[in-house]
Amino acid sequence: MKINVRLFAQARDLVGSDQVALQLPDQATVAELRTELAAQYPDLAPLAAHLLIAVGVDYADDVAPLNAEDDVACFPPVSGG
Amino acid sequence: MIELTRETIDYTALTESVRSHQAGAVVLFLGTVREMTDGRQTAVLDYDAYPEMAEAKMAELEAEARRLWPVIEVGIVHRTGRHDLGEISVAVAVSSPHRPQAFEAGRHLIDRLKEIVPIWKKETYSDGTTEWVHPGIDQPSTESTNE
Repeated sequence: MKINVRLFAQARDLVGSDQVALQLPDQATVAELRTELAAQYPDLAPLAAHLLIAVGVDYADDVAPLNAEDDVACFPPVSGG
Repeated sequence: MIELTRETIDYTALTESVRSHQAGAVVLFLGTVREMTDGRQTAVLDYDAYPEMAEAKMAELEAEARRLWPVIEVGIVHRTGRHDLGEISVAVAVSSPHRPQAFEAGRHLIDRLKEIVPIWKKETYSDGTTEWVHPGIDQPSTESTNE
């Protein structure tokens, strides 16, 4: 399945795009998405261990399964305020 | 009122929006752009957000405050885009029957906002270098070449 991932802040700057498309096996988990993202975009390496993944408007942990229609986002630790 | 905006925050209107005859206390918190951080001079701050999720998380924080304290009204507004020194990036207003609840809820709301709401700030220092602020990640500044 194809998953579109929105990128924000330094993750977007390092990749040079605000969205990337990843090809993942059906029922892939967030952990597999992380692995594929790191493999396709090695420029993210400085952030890799710290990246947060959101599915819809909620944070997702590594065991969460993904579906093709999910809104997925990836970003570094937040610093609003 | 929960809002993400690119416009200047009208904190007077926000404060008025939480006032109530049931309230004996109204607390307003403003986050403003500080000039000096760890000996470095800020020129401007740029805030980026994931808008849909940021507004959803701010609404969650309001619900959380309502579970924990007898708050009457809550208002949270965060601004995105470029901010000059002294400008207001975030405003939190809370009303409650008595002042301890308003202070505690206001403190909780801004502390939690900084933990979970997907908004990020990027420093541009007076020497022209830029740096995303990502807590827990130590990184060198990068030269500003194209911004």
